[in-house]
Amino acid sequence: METLMSILVGLFFSIGTYLVLSKSLIRIILGTSIISHGVNLLILTMGGLKKGGPPLLGGINTTFTDSLPQALILTAIVINFAVTALFLVLSYRTYKTLGTDDMDQLRGMKDE
Amino acid sequence: MNNVVIMPIIIPLIAGLIMILFRQNIRFQRFLSILAIMASGFVAVILMGQIKGKGIQTLQAGGWDPPFGITIVADMFSALLLLSTSIVALFCLIFAFKSIGKERESHYFYPFYLFLITGVNGSFLTGDLFNLFVCFEVMLISSYVLISLGGTKIQLRESIKYILINVLSSSLFLLGVAYLYAMLGTLNFAHLSLRVAEAGQDGLLTTVALLFLMVFGMKAALFLFFWLPEAYSAPPIAVAAIFAALLTKVGIYAIFRMFTLVFYHEPQITHLIIGILGALTMILGAIGAVAYWDIKKILTYNVIVGVGFIMAGLASFTSNGIMGSMYYLIHDILIKALIFLLGGTIISLTGTSKLKEISGLIRNHPYLGWMFFIAALSLAGIPPLSGFLGKVFITRGTFESEYYWLGGIGLLTSLMVLYSIMKVFMNVFWGETHLSKEMEKGTTKGLMFPMGCLTVLTISLGLGAEGIHEYVRLATESLLNPKLYIEAVMGGSQ
Repeated sequence: METLMSILVGLFFSIGTYLVLSKSLIRIILGTSIISHGVNLLILTMGGLKKGGPPLLGGINTTFTDSLPQALILTAIVINFAVTALFLVLSYRTYKTLGTDDMDQLRGMKDE
Repeated sequence: MNNVVIMPIIIPLIAGLIMILFRQNIRFQRFLSILAIMASGFVAVILMGQIKGKGIQTLQAGGWDPPFGITIVADMFSALLLLSTSIVALFCLIFAFKSIGKERESHYFYPFYLFLITGVNGSFLTGDLFNLFVCFEVMLISSYVLISLGGTKIQLRESIKYILINVLSSSLFLLGVAYLYAMLGTLNFAHLSLRVAEAGQDGLLTTVALLFLMVFGMKAALFLFFWLPEAYSAPPIAVAAIFAALLTKVGIYAIFRMFTLVFYHEPQITHLIIGILGALTMILGAIGAVAYWDIKKILTYNVIVGVGFIMAGLASFTSNGIMGSMYYLIHDILIKALIFLLGGTIISLTGTSKLKEISGLIRNHPYLGWMFFIAALSLAGIPPLSGFLGKVFITRGTFESEYYWLGGIGLLTSLMVLYSIMKVFMNVFWGETHLSKEMEKGTTKGLMFPMGCLTVLTISLGLGAEGIHEYVRLATESLLNPKLYIEAVMGGSQ
């Protein structure tokens, strides 16, 4: 299972990197989003994909799952959600103001 | 357990939240923001007293024993940085009152400013790696807003790149967290340090350490500074000053924390690489500062040189080097804010940032000129101003650990910094005055007070270095002796 997840994470990263390297701003944002999903899956995998009950005292389970990676991912997802929303809004505004979403034309060389 | 420790995070956060409710009442927002920042500076002073008397202060959120709960830790290093943060934030805020403009003020400038301070303070105080990530994000999201607030063309263009870089480096940060959790099963700094000491820092851990160096280096502009010069020249003066003073310092703080507390077992690999990166940063930054004829560019490249220099102290890994870094870090926070405010005032007076189009400002603005002169000398580390002592200790540290090349590069780049900033001074303030008072685009009215205060601070920090020596020594001691930190956090539950 861990092997499969690792391959999936690798796939996410390669797709994300491919998108981030493209010219269009919206594809870049989608790329960062996919990369951070890859990272979230990686955190889940790194905690060990054990089968078991919740880690509660007095329960009848003898094997437990590690709940910490899930807590970490939850926080990371919320943060990523906020940043992606802000990024999308800002890219829309940039497109409206500057009239382009091509990263080549957004290079900051004009004022030098 | 000490509840005061969390105050520097809570106070600006709550003040910022309250301010959102009073969007139109700018007078109230100004008052509350000053009050909140002064309060958090006051708490930092109290903390410094407590740490000096009773050792490192900790707070376990909810009473959960470490490493299971969230830990907030204040050692002398954090407390010193907290105090400098509050001082600089206060003066940049006063500067912003007059310069930021009505539009930005009524669009939540002050709340985001305070959230930025919340994130910075949080990063200095947090005791585990994941909360460091969270505080980084709080700081970064506020900085995204501050850099793009106003929506001018250059701001939008640069903020897009700034956000992209930081989103990617945050992903890499989480990647490092994931690997570290897989290997060591914990994220608490003190516990991590214990586990690494038990298991030994093998090749894999060193690789992860270098991943963290890359991530924090991106935030601190250590070698990976390609994003910085343009991002820092986009926003308004007050915002650029607070960015230059604080944002890179948070990355520097994280590097110091990780590489003195957790990954200190293989200095011949990690610290040597830090040294090489620091040297490259200094050289490239100094070349940039010397090459440009644009005030904004020269100042932003000077930020980069400072980062490299502080890292040289860490690379030497001797008590002198680290002590020098502490002194220089505090000095750098103050002086970067001051020099950015001064440079920004010059730009707003003349309406241009090109050196060749400005001359002879000293006739109409003598105080501005002399303050710039003092700030320039202090930046280059001329005695008796505040930069000098840090430079001496860092250079001594690098010589003691036999990194002569590193110390040499540090001294050489200091000269280049002096040249670059004197170039600004001579071009702007000397020569023919072809800008009469009536033709000026802006005014210095109300702006002199914060800049004057910062100038006085940089002089008194240089002359009165004895006064903070005891605190700096304690900070160095706690950095070089991880046992103190571990004992304070883990206590009896080891």
